[in-house]
Amino acid sequence: MKDKVPRQSMPEQPPAQRVRNYKEVPLGYSDETARLEASRCLQCKRPTCVDGCPVRVDIPGFIKAIRDGDFLSSIHLIKTTNSLPAVCGRVCPQEEQCEKLCVLTKKGESVAIGKLERFAADYEREREQLEIRAAAEMKEGRVAIVGSGPAGLTAAGELAKMGYRVTVFEAFHNAGGVLVYGIPEFRLPKAIVQYEIDALAKLGVEIVLNRVVGSAGTVNDLLSEGFDAVFIGTGAGLPLFLDIPGENLQGVYSANEYLTRANLMKAYKFPEYDTPIARGDSIAVVGGGNVAMDSARMALRLGSKKVHLIYRRSRAEMPARVEEVHHAEEEGVLFQLLTNPVRFIGDEQGRLKAVECVRMELGEPDDSGRRRPVVVKGSEFTIDIDVAIVAIGNGPNPLIPRTTPGLAVSKWGNIVADDESMKTSRKGVFAGGDIVTGAATVILAMGAGRKAAMAINTYLQTGEW
Amino acid sequence: MHRIRLNEKISPNVGKMIVDAPDVARYRKPGQFIMLRIDECGERIPLTIADVDTALGTITLYYQIVGKTTENMARLKAGGHLKDVAGPLGHPTEIIKFGTAVCVGGGIGVAPIYPIAAALHRAGNKVVGVIGARTKNLLILEKEMGEVSERLIVCTDDGSHGRKAFVTEALGEIMAAEKVDIVVAIGPVPMMRAVSELTRPSGIKTLVSLNSVMVDGTGMCGGCRVTVNGEKRFTCVDGPEFDGHQVNFEELVMRLNTYRDEEAVSMREHRCRLGEVDHEG
Repeated sequence: MKDKVPRQSMPEQPPAQRVRNYKEVPLGYSDETARLEASRCLQCKRPTCVDGCPVRVDIPGFIKAIRDGDFLSSIHLIKTTNSLPAVCGRVCPQEEQCEKLCVLTKKGESVAIGKLERFAADYEREREQLEIRAAAEMKEGRVAIVGSGPAGLTAAGELAKMGYRVTVFEAFHNAGGVLVYGIPEFRLPKAIVQYEIDALAKLGVEIVLNRVVGSAGTVNDLLSEGFDAVFIGTGAGLPLFLDIPGENLQGVYSANEYLTRANLMKAYKFPEYDTPIARGDSIAVVGGGNVAMDSARMALRLGSKKVHLIYRRSRAEMPARVEEVHHAEEEGVLFQLLTNPVRFIGDEQGRLKAVECVRMELGEPDDSGRRRPVVVKGSEFTIDIDVAIVAIGNGPNPLIPRTTPGLAVSKWGNIVADDESMKTSRKGVFAGGDIVTGAATVILAMGAGRKAAMAINTYLQTGEW
Repeated sequence: MHRIRLNEKISPNVGKMIVDAPDVARYRKPGQFIMLRIDECGERIPLTIADVDTALGTITLYYQIVGKTTENMARLKAGGHLKDVAGPLGHPTEIIKFGTAVCVGGGIGVAPIYPIAAALHRAGNKVVGVIGARTKNLLILEKEMGEVSERLIVCTDDGSHGRKAFVTEALGEIMAAEKVDIVVAIGPVPMMRAVSELTRPSGIKTLVSLNSVMVDGTGMCGGCRVTVNGEKRFTCVDGPEFDGHQVNFEELVMRLNTYRDEEAVSMREHRCRLGEVDHEG
């Protein structure tokens, strides 16, 4: 019986060791373990797991190839629908997507689809057997991609494979978007992201760095300068704050700023790298998502002795991946659940020294379906901290909407795009990822990039909008 | 990579650099800034674009030599390169015909005020320039400001050039003598604050350009947040110019001190290393 083999765990750096380095936490499957795990797959005739995948990877197919020891066929199969498998294998919320729908979940534990995907991608990369699969023939049409995050890179990869000339514009000095500024090295090594970007370059995608579309040329400029279609994947924008007293004190960061300093600017190597970051002894991170976990775990690695994670609901409602919460807990993050900050307190110089919080209890469900937290009267208490990181989400960046006449936006400022075609209100302009949906996941952004690529192809072939 | 065409010290603590950045030169408007990174290990720092040459595809930057990055900038030679230049960023200055515009620049702030004064001049405004510095050899762009101003008043704290006065004194006299329709003030925060306080009672529209702490400069990190009219605003996408009467300057000064300790560490290490190089060389 195949389901008698237990789900294979992936070896990890022990917590006490890993909080002193920035290396990746899970170490990867061996060939044997991967084949054993792959043997657990029932090869369902109607694979429900695929329904849970936003980019519809042929999951039974690639797992069968691993089972048979044909690892390169496995990765080629994944890559027909997923341009960034090494990334997805690491950061996708698999337990909420493909693995949730795995038939084995009902009998116990699902196949470790995400870990197998990571294995296949790593196998290829570690052997540098990157196959350049250029398009069979070039097609008429140039496409501009604004933003080089998961949505933009996916759209670029799909379009390049179809034979279009693609140019990606990135505002930063490195391509990758949230994959390089937001997700820490210990969860997604930057060399892996760079490998995926190099693969796109080998497909013929041109990547222009340091180019802020909307400011250095608008979307209209791109359309009038020879691009036939534009995809906007500018991602998360301005960070949201709590709007409580003391939030502008020295030492209060948005998670975006904290992680950008640490990841993109390598502040963890200060003063070898010039960008500084406040290294507090005692830190509070506010929020319960993956970004909050990343911030808390980064703070531990930067040398903080106490890292509190303040979340206003209970653990069951936390939006972060189970694995990330588990890792954070193992590493010693102190969870302050059902707790909400009400005020940051500073010293005479304006430096943060404490946060005042209240305890919460859960009432009736709100619009999001989660139970609404309610303040417990008289429960105020303070935690001494010298750094706070606010990780409660982002609003849209206003730059493109502001400089693109006729581009419809929602009342929150997100670009309005059709769910299936990713078409916006402007002919020839498509959009997807966080700029459309608000803060979401890497794989959903990739799904949007993929759908946009299909629709751009149809548009360029037919000319019909 | 962006080739450096010229890099020279124009005063003991101010450098002038002309660098290739054709995309920036093509799209830039007065009041906008760039983010630059000297090399792989460098910080991203914001600098206002003082001038451009669209035919050559170059931009002109003035920088005050205050920390590790700007010290290193001063050491770069023509023919060398900056690793990254991204821009133009921020809202351009609103350039319309206001009437009489007083353009106040203090220290390095004369560099960003110059293109604004020039644009206001071209738009048919009567531009009165007021520029100041601590002492004569710290004054920059006097000739250029003179060319776009109907009248230019030069002030030094020590009286070594022009009048021995603060720029606010000269501004006060202009306001007493004639109707002023707009004041644009760029310089050290205490100067911008003093100018804003001076114009507040008469309600003269006063624009200031804020130099808050920034990492990305494109509307993502939130580090540049300032309080304007009691609301949270972001210097990179909502600014850098704001109504001086509504800015919480006290908070801005406080936030600018965030990395004082780290900057000291950075400079100390940096100078140690340079010392070794000099010793060996």
